[in-house]
Amino acid sequence: MKLFRGFIIKEFYHILRDKRTLLVLFGMPIIQLLLFGFVITNEIKDIKIAILDNSKDKVTRDISQKILSSGYFKLDSYLTNVNQIEEVFRKGNVKEVVVFETDFAEKMKRQGTAKIQILADASDANTANLIASYTTAIVMDYVNKQNVSATIPLQIVPEVRMMYNEQLKGVYMFVPGIMAMILILISALLTSISIVREKELGTMEVLLVSPLKPIQIIIGKVTPYVLLSFFNAVIIVVLGNLVFGMPVQGSTILLLAECTLFIVLALSLGILISTVTNSQQTAMLISMMVLMLPTILLSGFIFPISNMPWVLQALCQIMPPRWFIVIIKNIMLKGTGLYYIWFETLILIGMTAVFILLSYKKFKIRLG
Amino acid sequence: MQSNEPVIVVQNLVKKFGNFVANDNLSFEVYPGEVFGFLGANGAGKTTAIRILCGLSRPTSGKVMVGGFDANTESEKIKTNIGYMSQKFSLYDDLTVRENIRFYAGIYHIPYNIIKTRTNDLLQKLGLEHARDKLIHDIPLGWKQKLAFSIAVFHEPSIVFLDEPTGGVDPITRRQFWDMIYEAAHRGITVFVTTHYMDEAEYCNRVSIMVDGKIADLDTPNNLKTKHNAANMDEVFQKLARGRKY
Repeated sequence: MKLFRGFIIKEFYHILRDKRTLLVLFGMPIIQLLLFGFVITNEIKDIKIAILDNSKDKVTRDISQKILSSGYFKLDSYLTNVNQIEEVFRKGNVKEVVVFETDFAEKMKRQGTAKIQILADASDANTANLIASYTTAIVMDYVNKQNVSATIPLQIVPEVRMMYNEQLKGVYMFVPGIMAMILILISALLTSISIVREKELGTMEVLLVSPLKPIQIIIGKVTPYVLLSFFNAVIIVVLGNLVFGMPVQGSTILLLAECTLFIVLALSLGILISTVTNSQQTAMLISMMVLMLPTILLSGFIFPISNMPWVLQALCQIMPPRWFIVIIKNIMLKGTGLYYIWFETLILIGMTAVFILLSYKKFKIRLG
Repeated sequence: MQSNEPVIVVQNLVKKFGNFVANDNLSFEVYPGEVFGFLGANGAGKTTAIRILCGLSRPTSGKVMVGGFDANTESEKIKTNIGYMSQKFSLYDDLTVRENIRFYAGIYHIPYNIIKTRTNDLLQKLGLEHARDKLIHDIPLGWKQKLAFSIAVFHEPSIVFLDEPTGGVDPITRRQFWDMIYEAAHRGITVFVTTHYMDEAEYCNRVSIMVDGKIADLDTPNNLKTKHNAANMDEVFQKLARGRKY
């Protein structure tokens, strides 16, 4: 035990004296969380629109007013003829144009139908989709309210409620993803680098010649990173809560326990990477390539897995973050207990076991 | 000096990597307190042999006994009895002189109060007291080398293995370094040293010269010179190496 303490103290010296490591360890999580939280957002707010009102009656003014007062849209300009539409889109400051046909109120009254054209700038497809559907919803809402007095016998009014994220906050999606990314990146990257560094320095040989057993060397090397990564997980949860209002509905203890499991998994992955490389650069490259991109693309962090081609879907299943994100979302947003996430937890445990077994074997082969 | 039981016994040691034979049927003995030189060109199989003796690698066949323990089955026991210094010196650049000593001494289970007094003695002897809290990164190469050797024998092992310990060090420091080796041998520590500097071979009690994975000859430097009719060890080596097969 005393031996162990010496080893860990030495490891902390390495970490605390290396400004780069410190920066990666504590700067990266905070910066990434804030960046992702503020920059990537699906919410729409103050989208600039133009209105071409060919009718200018009470109904069109009411609808325009309703759209503009929703908070989602902001008026850029009123257009006077069709030719201007192309122009305002080209200039790029308007994302949507709403066009009312002539005699709008008249037609509505007489024929019971009138046309509104919604033109969206789909060079940004996602946003275009989103703002078009928001606009439609506002118009539908107006129509429904008018119909209350009318005598239409049958009417279905869907009442939509977005469970667990009522305001559709993007942050609720990103915090779990960022957490997975930061934990796996930092844990795997830093451990693989720190083990490989000992190989480069030649100190690993001296350690192996000493009475220390290989398993003691490895545990001694990863323990500090378990502690630091755990600390990181806490920072992310607290920061997510304070800055973005990300709730923790479920048990905090369960949340931290799952984080610890994920950290151990990432560390064993880092150990595995260190057994197959001999230079810090390679270790860094492998960690980035193997961990960073799949975590962002194939974990359901940003892009829904169910929409991917089946080959990628299958690939997603072997990505540890894919399961961790499900667990975290369940605990933080839905407040579920272990009873509902035991399967995902089991998969993470299984993956950890496989990584540890593989690196243990690799380590032995290297010695022989 | 060649008294009693040998501390290292190697009989018919063979180490193969696939089809490549790195060590081809080596047999030799090393006695307590001896400075045993292990010479050979790069790639002659020196490092492979030293790794097997230290328990870092297992022999393909043959018997290897180090400090009375079998390298095949008791490598863990061997490890507590030996010291090792690699050609890279193997100190932590970002730890201070004292922290390095403290760490390495710690992994050999030396009690803290003993580490403390021995560290003070050592720093005094090396004249490094003023640099005790300096990072290894900031001290000269010669000092690093001396410190690395002192750390390798800090736990008073019965044998210390030095794998090309003088690489990249100037001649004066090399000379001083050999003084330290003699002193350790005088204390009864057996020194097993590999080198490709032939002048250093003269400092050894006995020398084995490896050519292409085999021991070409093994004797005291003087006997080797007479036997091969050479003025110095460099000539001995040239004559032995010239006969190598290609």
